[in-house]
Amino acid sequence: MVKASRGASARSRDTGSQAGTSWADVPFPVLVADRHGRLARLNDAARTLLPLAEAGGWLHEVAPPWLVDAHRSFAEGPPASAAAPLTGPVGDRMVTARPTASPDGEVVWWLLDDTDRHRAETELRGEKQRCELLTDVSSTLLSTLNLPRCMEVTAALAAQHLAEAAVLVSPSQGRHHQLTYACRYGDVRQVARRIDPYSVPGLPEALQGFPPVPARWLDPGEIPDWVLPPGFTAAVGSVIVTPLPGHGVPAGVLILLRSGTERAFSGGEENFARLFAARAGAALSAARLYTEQTAITATLMRELLPPALSSVHGVTYAGNYRPASDHERVGGDFYDVHPGPDPSRETLVALGDVAGKGLDAAVLTGKIRNTLHALLPLADDHQRVLRLLNGALLTSHHGRFVTLVLASVRRDGNRVDLRLTSAGHLPPLLVRADGTVEEAGTRGTLVGALPEVTAQSYETTLAPGEICLLYTDGITEARGGPLGDELYGEERLRRALTACGGMPAEAVVEHVQMLASQWLGPGGHDDMAVVAIGMDRNGPAPAVTPQDTTRRNR
Amino acid sequence: MNRPTTTAGLHEQLWQAVVAADEYAAVDLVVQAMDDGVSGEDLLLDVIARVQERIGSEWAADRLTVAQEHAATAINERVVTALSHHRAMRQGKPSRGRVTVCCVDGEWHAFPARLVAEILQLRGWQVDYLGAQTPTPHLIAHLHSTNPAAVLLSGSIPTHLPNAHRAVTACQATGVPVVAGGRAFGADGRYARVLGADGWAPDARAAAALLEEGLTRSVTSAGRQALDDLPHLADQEYTMVVQARPRLVRQTVLDLETRFSAMAGYDDEQRERTAEDIAHIIDFLATALYVDDAEVFLTFLTWTAHLLEARKVPAASLLVGLDILAEQLHDFPRALRILTAGRSALHAMAAGPPALAEPAAAGADA
Repeated sequence: MVKASRGASARSRDTGSQAGTSWADVPFPVLVADRHGRLARLNDAARTLLPLAEAGGWLHEVAPPWLVDAHRSFAEGPPASAAAPLTGPVGDRMVTARPTASPDGEVVWWLLDDTDRHRAETELRGEKQRCELLTDVSSTLLSTLNLPRCMEVTAALAAQHLAEAAVLVSPSQGRHHQLTYACRYGDVRQVARRIDPYSVPGLPEALQGFPPVPARWLDPGEIPDWVLPPGFTAAVGSVIVTPLPGHGVPAGVLILLRSGTERAFSGGEENFARLFAARAGAALSAARLYTEQTAITATLMRELLPPALSSVHGVTYAGNYRPASDHERVGGDFYDVHPGPDPSRETLVALGDVAGKGLDAAVLTGKIRNTLHALLPLADDHQRVLRLLNGALLTSHHGRFVTLVLASVRRDGNRVDLRLTSAGHLPPLLVRADGTVEEAGTRGTLVGALPEVTAQSYETTLAPGEICLLYTDGITEARGGPLGDELYGEERLRRALTACGGMPAEAVVEHVQMLASQWLGPGGHDDMAVVAIGMDRNGPAPAVTPQDTTRRNR
Repeated sequence: MNRPTTTAGLHEQLWQAVVAADEYAAVDLVVQAMDDGVSGEDLLLDVIARVQERIGSEWAADRLTVAQEHAATAINERVVTALSHHRAMRQGKPSRGRVTVCCVDGEWHAFPARLVAEILQLRGWQVDYLGAQTPTPHLIAHLHSTNPAAVLLSGSIPTHLPNAHRAVTACQATGVPVVAGGRAFGADGRYARVLGADGWAPDARAAAALLEEGLTRSVTSAGRQALDDLPHLADQEYTMVVQARPRLVRQTVLDLETRFSAMAGYDDEQRERTAEDIAHIIDFLATALYVDDAEVFLTFLTWTAHLLEARKVPAASLLVGLDILAEQLHDFPRALRILTAGRSALHAMAAGPPALAEPAAAGADA
């Protein structure tokens, strides 16, 4: 191998002209020129590389300018340290040149044909860039599951990296197609439009997504006006229609526009465009599936969510629900307030806890809430309601049981009459105006486990500023505290409630939920539900001005 | 009833009604002011927000109990609700984009976020208000289904900053920029910057201005990790202190009993109160480790010292507590530096005139 080092130059000096004959055989081009640039000698390989070169001729007449410049500066004074090798084109070859100085002022140029390596490096660099780009594109596309946003990102990325402008045509929704336009230096715009897919050759097939069709080049004259993004004023040079593979879900079609007349996609670029289409198609179909699933879940979930509570017939109700898992919105606890038909009739409040957590338990709470709703006409008799509910649960297939509290509530002048019945549930707590906390004296068996249920009701009244608190064991069994593993417990709850005399119902509910949540350690928790009942104390008695009550409750 | 027309006059009257828990007087006052032509934005920010701040500072100074604070806040919330139903507050179709307003996971103080939501609505934004302590998974699911222009993240208690960081990075990963606001992020918004939020707003008006200016969607690079924002977390001190919290509390209470004689006479409730105080100190220490800034710890510590003195508990017990913690955390250089700074701050406090209690960093909300 030829080594462009001081050592190599020293050796050539030693061997001197005897080495001349062996030179010719060196399989690399070697030329020797004096400091003025006149060629002194060159070998066969150099003659092949520079066919016009001959001894006695001028370097600048036969060699490329970069080599001539390099020779001039080397001849003026070799650099103190070994300079980086020079590389440049010679004809259609890429050549690396290394100079060594001979004692008589001549410069020996050792040339190495690097064409293949250079080509490989260029391709590798391009491939690396495309790979990085593709990684970025993938993570950007995968970052969102929102369909409009995903379409926006796809069109913008395509306009940035694949063409000057891009139009994403989404599968039809009714007669309309969602069109997302992007220009390289402009905003992304989305419109829903009625378009005729047949106006663009190949578009209907590509939109169907099956059978697979290749990307297709179009004559710019063939495209209708709607394809042109607003703000894309240049004359269209090339158009390509690329289907986005959605894997069973239609994902749409990308139309790419370039203004140049040249067909500017190289092989590597076409490959990149195909990969881009695959990524975008997968992201769009995932977003579409997610959107559909979210809509389905939201619809099914609506009936299972806890209701928003407010004041009814002169009584304020406040509730708060925290499901066991942060990922869920529903769980095994539930509450409902069924207003009486008029202020003189009782309102029924139910709060309960189905054995188990998560969606399965939530589905059962839905059934129980429906059953209780149907039993409303019998709400005068809590025991009968519980018996019927027990019967209904025993005959159903899921075999779960429930504990619950029923409260019949009626405003009577300046007090609220309460009838409370616990069926295997924690008895409600009564927070008196002076801060005394009493436990309602009601006991009963749980529902849905035994053939018979028994329950004792407890009647009491609330004065202004007093609160009746219904809650599930998720509150008292919250595990944590400063030492990490203690239960919150009924004792702490009662103690906290002593400070709540005279507080509005919403404030009591929020206070209790906050205390339990702050008590919680990192170990997770059960569903937690709280309902507070209090007099709408600033509200006038409903019998006097009922229309005023509705105004307040709006 | 005489009608105050200045916001200052309205503030005083509303304050009286709110602490008296007189909901209807409070509601009537603002509805009347609205009828008289006071602008909704002025009422919300210059009257109602001021009253809420006063509730907070009265609580921080131990002049309102937590329960009273909740009661007053509930009344003030109803005032906002009543106002938002007022004719003059109802806007037509939103003229601007859609935004999400929520509180950090674990944050119960929803009032500031609520005000921001109301103001943005007034300014023509379509606002999704997710309320107090939004679990981050809910927030992200919401972003995927609504694609808002921005998330406005509110936090009042600094100990939720690690949760805030989780929310910020998760939102940004979905391509939605985050504007942080609230006392938790520091009076100058420094923790919003530490956590990599796209913006910080000291109040609702500033938040609206920031949105009107326009935020750019954060560019998520594939390789970016939450740890890149906070390289100091690599020492694991935060993680280990959080994991050791129950053990640290237990040991500190035990040691305090032998080293702080007054504790011998404590009943169970006082003992639990002490344990809670220690737990809070550790929580703030952990937060200081998370954001790598002792300030958040020092502010809490001096505030606690003032509060203890108001409760006739000698603040000297705090110094002993810090010593015991330092002994247990002897392998944690960053924690030790913060504890040492805490000692100096307490000494300085004992030497000089009492500094003003700073409710901004007050956090032991129970």
